This record gives sequence, structure tokens and C-alpha cells, in this order.
Amino acid sequence: MTMHTLSVLVENKPGVLARVSGLFSRRGFNIDSLAVGETENPDVSRITIVVNAESSPLEQVTKQLNKLVNVLKIVELDPQVSVARELLLVKVRADRSARSQVLETVNLFRARVVDVAPDTLTIEATGTPDKLDALLRDLEAFGIKEMVQSGLVAIGRGSRSITAGPALRAA
Amino acid sequence: MTRPTPETLAHTARRARAAADPTLDVDQAATRTATPAAPAVRPAAATPISGASSLVRSLEALEVDVVFGIPGGAILPAYDPLYDSTVRHILVRHEQGAGHAATGYAQATGKVGVCIATSGPGATNLVTPIADAYMDSVAMVAITGQVASPLIGTDGFQEADIQGITLPITKHNFLVQNAEEIPRVLAEAFHLASSGRPGPVLVDIPKDVLQASTTFSWPPTLDLPGYRPTLHPHGKQIREAARLMAAARRPVLYVGGGVLKAGATDGLRRLAELTGIPVVTTLMALGAFPDSHQQHLGMPGMHGTVAAVYGLQKADLIVALGARFDDRVTGKLDSFAPDAAVVHADIDPAEIGKNRHVDVPIVGDAKHVIDELVAAVTAERSAGRTTDLGDWWTQLDDLRNRYPLGYDEPVDGTLSPQYVIKRLGEIVGPDAIFVAGVGQHQMWASQFISYEKPYTWLNSGGLGTMGYAVPAAMGAKVGKPDTVVWAVDGDGCFQMTNQELATCALEGIPVKIAVINNGNLGMVRQWQTLFYNERYSNTELGTHKHRIPDFVKLAEALGCVGLRCESADDVDKTIAAAMEINDAPVVIDFVVGKDAMVWPMVAAGTSNDEIMFARGVRPAFDEDDI
Repeated sequence: MTMHTLSVLVENKPGVLARVSGLFSRRGFNIDSLAVGETENPDVSRITIVVNAESSPLEQVTKQLNKLVNVLKIVELDPQVSVARELLLVKVRADRSARSQVLETVNLFRARVVDVAPDTLTIEATGTPDKLDALLRDLEAFGIKEMVQSGLVAIGRGSRSITAGPALRAA
Repeated sequence: MTRPTPETLAHTARRARAAADPTLDVDQAATRTATPAAPAVRPAAATPISGASSLVRSLEALEVDVVFGIPGGAILPAYDPLYDSTVRHILVRHEQGAGHAATGYAQATGKVGVCIATSGPGATNLVTPIADAYMDSVAMVAITGQVASPLIGTDGFQEADIQGITLPITKHNFLVQNAEEIPRVLAEAFHLASSGRPGPVLVDIPKDVLQASTTFSWPPTLDLPGYRPTLHPHGKQIREAARLMAAARRPVLYVGGGVLKAGATDGLRRLAELTGIPVVTTLMALGAFPDSHQQHLGMPGMHGTVAAVYGLQKADLIVALGARFDDRVTGKLDSFAPDAAVVHADIDPAEIGKNRHVDVPIVGDAKHVIDELVAAVTAERSAGRTTDLGDWWTQLDDLRNRYPLGYDEPVDGTLSPQYVIKRLGEIVGPDAIFVAGVGQHQMWASQFISYEKPYTWLNSGGLGTMGYAVPAAMGAKVGKPDTVVWAVDGDGCFQMTNQELATCALEGIPVKIAVINNGNLGMVRQWQTLFYNERYSNTELGTHKHRIPDFVKLAEALGCVGLRCESADDVDKTIAAAMEINDAPVVIDFVVGKDAMVWPMVAAGTSNDEIMFARGVRPAFDEDDI
């Protein structure tokens, strides 16, 4: 099984996310990560779905997704020619004795401290899932009190846009 | 016995009252008296109107002539303008009946079937027929009332999230947010239901939206940017398919319900006769190719003919047209047609390659696909590329001769259900519409009645919904009032939905019901006989032993004529008597033996190679023959 990143452009209407996510579970797929947001066109939302699947069942689920009336376009993003990022917020134990070491790790990963408390630091980091995994491994030594991760968002490299096209303009 | 006078008058009277009502505005009256030939896009200028009136006006503009439904609290505003409408409303006895009636209407006429229910239980009672229509790709629009918008999400009285509930069983569904959307949503719903791969569409309308003041104008502009069905196939794929068809030595045309939906039966016949390729028609496609045609091998699948099952199994090329390689056709998938290259044409790209690997995928409407295949095959032939199918036909004919469809007379002297159904088909003839329930009687009706014309066989194929027959027959008869409509039902199925016979009696819908009453849930009993050591757990219904219910009395209580037939000698005359009655629905209680079984049979989960011609009888099929 391999990880696939799908960019699904949908009409920005109530209930569309339920249609898309419901279809995955109904057809027996687990979604590893999911992120939704508006695009440059407010009538169009973009759902980025990471799914772990063989290519033949993935093709079936993509075809089923395409049948949803509110789905405008589906593109599988090739990791070689796309940029993919996740956002991580993590609350790390950092009392006076550990604080400088934690800050060193933060700098090393080009992360940022967004909140400070007497015994914790809250750190914001963006990057590929690999980079964030590495950061978390380093921070684990200090003690992670809480963390939250966004779904992956991804976009193709180069000047071409997947949102161009007559169907999307009509939306 | 009392025979009721059909009360179609009720509807006529309503229309007359509406026409005589001087308070109606000119525009409404004009709409009402417009000729049916007027285009669906009959324009109407914006006029102030309630959401409910907008709904009814939309239905009129969409040329809906009949809807099946039951009123209730949330949908009640819609029933007021419906009272004056040209749209005929048929008041059913259970919402499930409304749904199946809409399906039967759609399958018989090719038009969109419409059903209406209120919120909560009204809507949830539509779930089974919606799922049924989804599995069989039937163009249906279900309109449901919803609790008023402020109550949504509060567990209000008769609230159910029908949009959420029907998400996986509709082609699309809508929750209307404001009254201005109503004409557009209705137009979109009808367009979605009837175009591309047809399917059910649900429109849920909150009560306050129905009561709100709005304006109505027609036609609305559809806003479906993500919906673009592919109708025309790719020329390169068609040529490749034609090349394979010209070169194959053991080809089969595997025809599914999509051919009927596309209205492609004439083209299918041309294609078959041009190529000489054997044809099999699935349960959903019976009537798409005449049963009596020399090239027709019959139905494939679990209870298909030996020739059709082996034809597919030993084929070197399967050309699937609007069929979906359902498990009831393929048997154990990994042993299905191991040597066959597959050309798969379907309007739904998701069907292609879903179950079986495809060599030549063709996305398109079956009518266009078949017409273009005819042209491409003709080109192949004029270039001198054809194959002699003589050997293939010799083998298939040999199988047909050795293993024809047939049955043994019951040894206990009881009436044979197959005989009843066979005689029914012979006496009634190929112009009638036959509607089956689900079970043994359905399979026998598929096997022993000869379907010569399209749209003469309706049944619940994909979902296998017991109780489909009576309401679907009602819908078919409403859509085709001049056609004789027979339901072939089982005693189990009949007890699920027979209350719609009251609807038929009162609304003047003279359907005819042949209850193949074997006193048992016959198909389940057959499996208990074959796979559960004849332990008949909960399959005896008591309709024989206790005659509860007495179907003749039940029929009479529902305003129908009830007849009973218990011996082979009486079969013909009982059917003839039923054929004589055209002013009331008729029910015949055919009391038949309980031990008859459906053969041939490929047991669930086994390979088609394991087909049983009869109990303990495997066809002698020499591998060297092929």
C-alpha cells in the first residue's frame, strides 16, 4: 500500500464534506489526513485527502468521488512535483532548566514559539510530515503535554493551476 | 362479493372544481389548460406565490402527470396547491408503496417517477424504495417535507435527517434552504434523476420554506458545474472493440439494464444480427432482446440457463453493454470467464473495472455505443475481417438442447408453480407488463415467461426488495393504463405491501396479481433444503396450513376480485376469468406445492463452473468441447 494525496475541488456548499468523507468509509478506505479550505474562488473549496491504498481500489474510489454531483475535479498530486505541508502546534514541558534546550530544538527546525507559560512552551511548526515527525521525536524527550496537527495541504509545483478550467469558472 | 366502482372520479372532480374556480389568476389557469405537448421549459414570468405553490408549479412545468404520496404535518402546505393542480396525486396506504409505485411508473414509461412523503417516519418509509431505485438505476424524484428550519437539529417532532440517511442511496439529494431555490432544485433533481446513469434524487423541503412567500419563474437556470455525464464513446475504443469482435472465436454480448434505459434495443438487435454473436440478457435486461430470438441464450447468473452461464464462462470475448458484473452474474469472481477479453461499455465510468478487469473500457450511453459499434463492425466486415462462429454455435446449441429450462411435476400431486407461471405468460402474451416480487416466483417468472418486448418485465434486481411487486405494478398501470399489468408475487412478498390494492381499487387501477402461494418463504426454504439440512427455521408462513390470511377474502376486503386456483385443470380458466375483469384489480391465489425449486443454480460464492442443472445433477460438459 502506498500513500496517495488527492486534491478534490468541490462546490462550497453545506454537507459536501460529509458526502466526500462518507464515500471513503462506505467503500472501505481509511483517510489518513484531511484538510478543507476555500480556494481563490469562494464558490470552490479544496479538500486535500491523504489515503493509504493500492492503486486499483484508489482508482475505484476516485471514480466514485467523481460521481458526486458537488465534486468538480480530482487530481492526484505526485509527491515529486508538488509541495506538501502540515501545521503542528505542540505544548512542550519546558521549565527553567529545560527551556534553553527546547529553544535550541525550535531554532534547529525553524519552528516558532507562539505561547509561553512558566512550565511550558507552545511551538508552531510547518513542514512535511517527515520533518514534523523528526521535530516531535526531539521534543518527546522534554515531555509533550498536548499536540494538534492539521491535515496535509499540497499544491503542484510550476505555473500550472488545477483550478483553471471551464467547469470551475461556471461554479 | 361487492365490486367497487373505481373512484377516478375524485380526481376528475377536483380538476373540474379548479377549472370552475373564478378566483384563480389567469396565469395559473393558463398553465393548467396548456396542452401536454408544450415544452418542458414552458416559460413563466415571475409571480408572487408560496413556496408550496412554487413546488407544485414546478412539477407542472416539468410535465409531471402523477405523483404518489401521503400527506402529513411538514408536507401539508404542499398539499393545498396540489388540490387544484393538473398533477394527479394518488393517495397510497404506505410511503413504501409510493416509492415503489414511482419506480414502477418510471420503469414502464421511461419518465421520472415522483413520490411525496412528510418528514420523519414518512421520509424514512421511503428509504427502502429509494435504495431499491438506486441499485436498479431508476429515475425517481422523492419529495419530502422537513420540520421547519428553526427546529432542524433539535429532535423536533417527526424530525429525521433524511438527507443524511439517504446520502449513500441517492444519486444526489437536496435540503432546500429558501423558497427561491425551489424551481431550480426541482429542475436539477429531474435532470439528475433522468440523465446519465439514472437514479433516485431526494428533495427535502422544510415546512417554513413551503410556507414562505417567493416568486416563481420558469425555466430556471441549472447550476450543476460538477455534473457532466459522458454520452458519446471514444472512437478509438469503439474501433478496438469492433476489431476484437471481428476476431473473437467465442464472443458473447452480455446485455444489462443500461440497454433498456438508453432505449438501445433496436440497435442491440442490429448489432447482434450483424455479428451473429450470442446474446445473454441479465435479470434487469429481460425484454431488451427477444427471448424467442435464435441468438438469445437466456439469462446468465445464479439461476440462469446452462447455455448462458457456460457461454460467458467459456467465452474468449465478453462485450458488456450497460451491465455491471454483479456477483449474481459472475459467481466466484476470480473464476469467472477466465479466458475472456472484456469490452465493457457503461455510462458510469465507476462501473468499468469495478469488479472485473477490462481490456477495452468504453464510457458512453448504450445507444450511442451500440450505434457506433454497428458502424465500426460493419467497417471491419467490409474489410473482410470476420470469424466463423459455427463451432461456437454448435457447442452452444448442443448445450441448449441438452439443458433447456424445465421443471419436474411435483410428485405429491400439488400444483406446480412453474406451470402456473408458464401458462400465465402464454395466455397473457408478450404485450403485457409483468412485475415480480423477490424470490422463487421472481426467478420462475424470469425463466418461464417469454419477454419479447422492452419494458415488459419489471423487478427489483439489485436490492432484492420483497414487497416490490404490488406497488410497482400499480405505478406501471398508472403509467401505461392501456396495457395489461400482471404482478407475479409470492405469498411472503404479497403480505408486505398488499395494502396498496386498496389504493388500486379506489383510484381505478385494475392491476392483476398472481400470488404464487406456496405457504412459505420459498427461496429461503430452498436454501434451507440445500444448505441447512432441511431445517426449516421460520420459513413456514401458515398461508397453507391455516389459510391465514385467506387471500381471496383479503382481496375482497381490499376492494378487489379474489379468485383461487388449486389444480392444474383450473389454471387456464382462472387466468381467463381474471383477464375478463377490467374494472377492478384481481388477485388470484394460486395454491402451489412448497417443494419446487429454482434450477439451474450456481450456489452463492461458488464458481459458475459448478452450475447445477438440477439437484445433484451437474451438466456433463466436456472441457475438450471448447
